[in-house]
Amino acid sequence: MSKKILLEHIDVPGIETLAVYREKGGYASVEKALKTMTPDAIVEEVKKSGLRGRGGAGFPTGMKWSFLAKPEGVARYLVCNADESEPGTFKDRYLMEKIPHALIEGMITSSFALGANTSYIYVRGEYFYIIKILEKAIADAYAAGWLGKNILGTGYDLDLYVQAGAGAYICGEETALLESLEGKRGNPRIKPPFPAIAGLYGCPTVVNNVETIAAVVPIVNNGGDWYAGIGIGRSTGTKLISASGHINKPGVYEIEMGITVEDFIYSDEYCGGIKNGKKLKAVVAGGSSVPILPAEMILTTANGEKRLMSYESLADGGFATGTMLGSGGFIVMDETTSIVQNLHTFARFYHHESCGQCSPCREGTGWMEKILHKILEGHGTLEDVDLLWEIQRKIEGNTICPLGDAAAWPVASAIRHFRHEFEEYVKNPSAIKDVKHYHNMHNLVTA
Amino acid sequence: MSEIKFNDETLALVQSIIKRYPEGKQKSALLPLLHLAQAEFDGWLSAPVMDYVASLLNIKPIEVYEVASFYSMYNLNPVGKCLLEVCRTSSCWLRGANEIVAHIENKLGIKDGETTADGKFTLKTVECLGSCGTAPMLQIGADFHENLTFEKVDALINDWSNKTEHSKYLDNSTFRKN
Ligand SMILES: Cc1cc2nc3c(=O)[nH]c(=O)nc-3n(C[C@H](O)[C@H](O)[C@H](O)COP(=O)(O)O)c2cc1C
Ligand code: SF4
Ligand code: FES
Repeated sequence: MSKKILLEHIDVPGIETLAVYREKGGYASVEKALKTMTPDAIVEEVKKSGLRGRGGAGFPTGMKWSFLAKPEGVARYLVCNADESEPGTFKDRYLMEKIPHALIEGMITSSFALGANTSYIYVRGEYFYIIKILEKAIADAYAAGWLGKNILGTGYDLDLYVQAGAGAYICGEETALLESLEGKRGNPRIKPPFPAIAGLYGCPTVVNNVETIAAVVPIVNNGGDWYAGIGIGRSTGTKLISASGHINKPGVYEIEMGITVEDFIYSDEYCGGIKNGKKLKAVVAGGSSVPILPAEMILTTANGEKRLMSYESLADGGFATGTMLGSGGFIVMDETTSIVQNLHTFARFYHHESCGQCSPCREGTGWMEKILHKILEGHGTLEDVDLLWEIQRKIEGNTICPLGDAAAWPVASAIRHFRHEFEEYVKNPSAIKDVKHYHNMHNLVTA
Repeated sequence: MSEIKFNDETLALVQSIIKRYPEGKQKSALLPLLHLAQAEFDGWLSAPVMDYVASLLNIKPIEVYEVASFYSMYNLNPVGKCLLEVCRTSSCWLRGANEIVAHIENKLGIKDGETTADGKFTLKTVECLGSCGTAPMLQIGADFHENLTFEKVDALINDWSNKTEHSKYLDNSTFRKN
């Protein structure tokens, strides 16, 4: 069964306005937090909830919050990561577009918990129409006294601003985001120090994803124990999944953690099965950075159990047979899909997005794209496949930020699970011509 | 060439944006200011425009150039009135992005990265725009055009053939005046 917490009121007409949002109980968490709770008590509830960061890494939010340094007289910042550039991911956009006040409410409650008096929402520049929606909602929240000086007469002050990015995936990495917010190139910083100690302008800073911040609202309203009772094991609560590719019903779905992958793909409540009655070939379950898995492995773990939509179950088997929940960008590929060509789109992406600071990432992503291009042009050799493997291996773990790993894993997993397809391309280049043009021509002309 | 200067309304907005950051951290306003500059000065950032932004923020021109060249949404060369940005990453590719690009190339007689001779259209392929569930898609200014078909693309091109203004990501009403 679908479980709607974040998206409970998504279909209510006018829910993007402050008035309707209030009618549906909006901003209750701000009243509760500011009037009846201490900041530490809120952090405690978030810890109890088991909420884990929804930006991709899944780090426990309450724990992250408790690491925030609190030196006397130094400002602290909460920065919301709305850079959302991981291919296959569009859930934050959906949330911000449809219920902008859910994010703003979460920002106020969370900023209070962290002792921040100025907070920023960093939105990727391509989402300017979303920025406009957020700016309007923030203006309304100021006018109604939810933001600004002395909120609800409690003496708590908060200013909330939207910052626009300008087209750079790397600015989703939290330290690159902070550099960008300071008006610089988005080069990730060397850690430590972590942002909790020295973040924005050198001050203690928490960076959290849009969905993470939005989830703080129901946690404060209903308590951490209530949230922890939803989901499965250490994957508590619900998760927004962005579903795309060859499915009947692409879109954003809120799921309770622990439903089966099979149900998610085939049930009418979610993806509604594979488009045009085709067979499932492969899935990238958590955004472009996570390992791709063939149909049998995404549906079933190595122990023969049904795989579940949860951090643990998706990762079961490690990279040999498992993958990761990541950002929840769920890309589905049918039997006609060329794994090599899909990989080329990812390799080109990472090459384009590498900030260029570390040579393994800067050079390696370039070489991987070149070799894949060569294979796709029909000039590949078996040695090229081995070389691809070697290059990705040399990037992984040898870079300043995790973009290097993110570029390596799709290549490694594609070779691990679909080596035969690379070899076919190399041995029979004429086969490439046949897959270059697609079964979707038909849709484009008539749909 | 006329003097490079924001109009008064934009200048007021610039001052309001600078106030979003702590004293002495006005450089934080650089990305928003470059967006405003690109929107006001013909869709691209010339060196004099970047120097002007540097002077507004009291930073060195090189601090602006290095940022402008890092981010893909800033155009360092003139672009057509209508900038067509077509996503080509996985989810869009799976649903026909390559065919959409080829269709536009044929129709306009240009390749990826080129501008039509009449200066009307520039075609640029870009990476995932967060519209994967409504693929294939393209962006013109702030607008997302989704679930594309050849017909929809043709209609868009028709539409833009007659417009005289530049496609823009934002205008002065996008940012709130705080
Ligand atoms: C290359 C790269 C890109 C990332 N992009 C995003 C992003 O777009 N949105 C996001 O929330 N986190 C992104 N992250 C993760 C952030 O670094 C950070 O872990 C996250 O914002 C923390 O928030 P959370 O704990 O709420 O997930 C990215 C990380 C890397 C390495
Ligand atoms: S791993 Fe890549 S993106 Fe990350 S800091 Fe190094 S070069 Fe930049
Ligand atoms: S892959 Fe095209 S919008 Fe995401």
